Amino acid sequence: MVLLEWYLLLAAALFCAGLYGVLSRRNAIAILMGIELMLNAVNINLVAFWRYTEPAAVTGQAFALFVYAVAAAEAAVGLALIIALWRTRNTIALEEIDLLKG
Amino acid sequence: MTTTLLNLAWLIPVFPFLAFVLVPLVTYRNRKLSHSLVIGSIAMAFLLGQIVFWTAVTAPDVLPFESESIHWLSAGVERFRLAVYIDPATTIMLFMVPLVCMMIFIYSVGYMNFGTDQVDSRYSRFFAYLALFATGMLGMIVFNNLLTFFIFWEIMGTCSYLLIGFWYEKKYPDPDKITPKEAGLKAFIVTKVGDLFFMLGLALLYAEIGSLTYGDIFSPETLEHLATTGFMGTQFPLAAAIALLLFGGTVGKSAQFPLHTWLPDAMEGPTPVSALIHAATMVSAGVFLVVRCFPLFVAVQQFTHFEPIHMTIVAGIGAFTAIFASILAVAQDDVKGVLAYSTISQLGYMVSALGLGAYVAGAFHLITHAFFKALLFLSSGSVIHGMEHGHHHAHEHAHEHEEEHEEKWFNPNDMKNMGGLAQRMPRTFWPFLLGGLALSGFPLFTAGFWSKDEILAKAHTASPIVFWVLTMAAALTAFYTARQICMTFFGKPRTEAAKHAPESVPSMTVPLAILAFFAITLGWVGIPDHFPIIGPVIPNWFEHFVGPTIEAGEHAAEHAMKVAGHLSEGEHKAHSQLPLVMGLTAALGGLFVGWLVYGRKPLKAGQMDPVEAAMRKVRLGWLYEAMRNRFYFDELYQATFVNGSIWLANVFDAFDYGQPQEMEVEGEVVIVRKHGFVDGIVHGAGSIGRVFSEAASWFDINVVDALVNLVGRAGKLTSVGLDIFDLNVVDGAVNGVGAVTKASGRPLRRIQNGLVQNYLLIASITVLALVATFFVIIF
Repeated sequence: MVLLEWYLLLAAALFCAGLYGVLSRRNAIAILMGIELMLNAVNINLVAFWRYTEPAAVTGQAFALFVYAVAAAEAAVGLALIIALWRTRNTIALEEIDLLKG
Repeated sequence: MTTTLLNLAWLIPVFPFLAFVLVPLVTYRNRKLSHSLVIGSIAMAFLLGQIVFWTAVTAPDVLPFESESIHWLSAGVERFRLAVYIDPATTIMLFMVPLVCMMIFIYSVGYMNFGTDQVDSRYSRFFAYLALFATGMLGMIVFNNLLTFFIFWEIMGTCSYLLIGFWYEKKYPDPDKITPKEAGLKAFIVTKVGDLFFMLGLALLYAEIGSLTYGDIFSPETLEHLATTGFMGTQFPLAAAIALLLFGGTVGKSAQFPLHTWLPDAMEGPTPVSALIHAATMVSAGVFLVVRCFPLFVAVQQFTHFEPIHMTIVAGIGAFTAIFASILAVAQDDVKGVLAYSTISQLGYMVSALGLGAYVAGAFHLITHAFFKALLFLSSGSVIHGMEHGHHHAHEHAHEHEEEHEEKWFNPNDMKNMGGLAQRMPRTFWPFLLGGLALSGFPLFTAGFWSKDEILAKAHTASPIVFWVLTMAAALTAFYTARQICMTFFGKPRTEAAKHAPESVPSMTVPLAILAFFAITLGWVGIPDHFPIIGPVIPNWFEHFVGPTIEAGEHAAEHAMKVAGHLSEGEHKAHSQLPLVMGLTAALGGLFVGWLVYGRKPLKAGQMDPVEAAMRKVRLGWLYEAMRNRFYFDELYQATFVNGSIWLANVFDAFDYGQPQEMEVEGEVVIVRKHGFVDGIVHGAGSIGRVFSEAASWFDINVVDALVNLVGRAGKLTSVGLDIFDLNVVDGAVNGVGAVTKASGRPLRRIQNGLVQNYLLIASITVLALVATFFVIIF
């Protein structure tokens, strides 16, 4: 039997990979991909906890589905922002975008 | 022992999947290791496939075999279970798919120029995609329910998209020619239309039965229930409705009319991909779906006296596609284009065979076609490869003579640029010739003859219209095959490139030889018993092995035809020799006419195609033009579906923001948008708000201000006293705060550098620190 902790470890690893991607990549699309990884790590947690604590209800899966929907919307908005960014500033390297610099 | 060996089948898709995971993650920098890994994995799958195949063949009694199931997926109270399912159809697919895949993977090594300086820059990625594709195809075959079937089916669709658009940066000088990127998108979207119906069919099936496992849905009780229940309260049987919806998936995947438009454009991908996905395996997945769900298709005839309209539709679409695509193939100049349409046409053959209830004949043609079409594609790829290298060579040569050589785009796929390649590339020519003969159904010694003959024989007993249509298609097939062989390989080279084309490397020509072997011999396992002279001598192994699965179905189909009056008792026994004679006439006649037109007087450089010239002479030039342009289906879909979607999007846009209009403002033309519906509402709300705020403003000035002024005067008096206190005490404090803020702000300002990622980093570190503090406090 696979222990719950294994799933949590996997999710944590995936989350860290996503976080690392978000923090280290220059390309805004790659950062968006990192965010997707983090969301998926959350999904694994949700589904794992559901499976090991409340397997009779569908709550975990339902939450995971909501996360999917939100992630899809987020990707759509994010990509639209990136396209707008590209049109106005001709770059999607985030380190070149510092309009709010103090 | 037998079951232990059959239990191994689940490992078959696992090996390619491991290769797919390892190549992009670990070995992608090392091209040799990457392709070795992928080819090794498919070799393992091949080995296991052979073990399963021979085990199943030697012990047909255990079929259909279902292994112990494992718990796979749960949703609410529903528990999906997964097991290996092996029946004769699976078995023969397990013989064909890994073998063809392996040949094509080996061929790709040479095709992608491994070991030369022209090696593809995304070489390892290509092999990773191939491995994922093999996973999809093999996974679809071995498991026991339609849900995994659908999942693996979609994996293949994704691979198809990725591989068609593999050279996504490629652009052509001709703006009307479709680019690989567009072709990939087109294939993906068009097949999705079919997949939607497939999915609806699955939903309908699941809603009624509550299971998608083959064992459950194909049990006689379930089938009877489905056949006798009406669809949504009508008389139309549920089984027929589900079968039609599932068939929608087949129409998309197997490029049947009217969703056939994606397949010819899919030829933009690398040639091994065209061979693997768009000729041999993936497109036959659609036909395999019908094979797999055949009990469902025939359930209506089996249990009721209802007229099987859905079978008529299936057979009709198949037969129409067969003739339609073979007409188009005659007018194609692209060497892969001809093969693409011939693939569509042959798939139409299989579909119509299945629609007529000829389960065995359809499955047989599926297997033989996979071999000879893979062979044809690979050898045409070898030709294109040779032409590209020849062009390169000739071009360099020309450069030595004149520096200012005008570079014109050269199409290595165009058969008009070829000619005389038989001498230049003999090891490509012979396999191509054998594959071409098999495709056109050259009598007795090619595989294509036997499978086609069987379909024609079945069609003759079932439906004379379909029989004559298929015979016509067979004749056209032989004709365009002869045209292709003559234009490519015979006569004199028509360009410099063809004159200098080198023979391909052994890693490309050896797979050709192996596939050619199967394209010839495979037909001998299915020689029908009623064939004159040799029929009774050689047993029809294929029918004996595959036939029993669907015993009930075939009988049901015959029963239904008897009911419908198509088939009298006596006719069934006496096998007419007419289909055989017609098949022979079509194949030989087509080849002969093709040779007369294209082989006797080979085309010269710049000469018009003789068929086109002849058609122009009898004022049918427009028809030929329409054939070359694929009867304008692409334009039709562009005008209706694509432009329709864009129009709809524009309507919604106008609904939101209003129509854009050009206006002149201060001498400059600018685009201004009048308010649309949504924007108008927002604007109206804004106007109402403005009126309110103006009223409030009046109140403010006249009432509130007066009060404030009064208070102000009183305040002024007191403030004089406070002023002194203020200046000395309060100011000192405020200045002190200001000085502190200023002093601390200067170093902190650096944090606020506008880079989002830095903020996130700080936030993450803070969260970590907080969590750490939390732990320290608790423990």
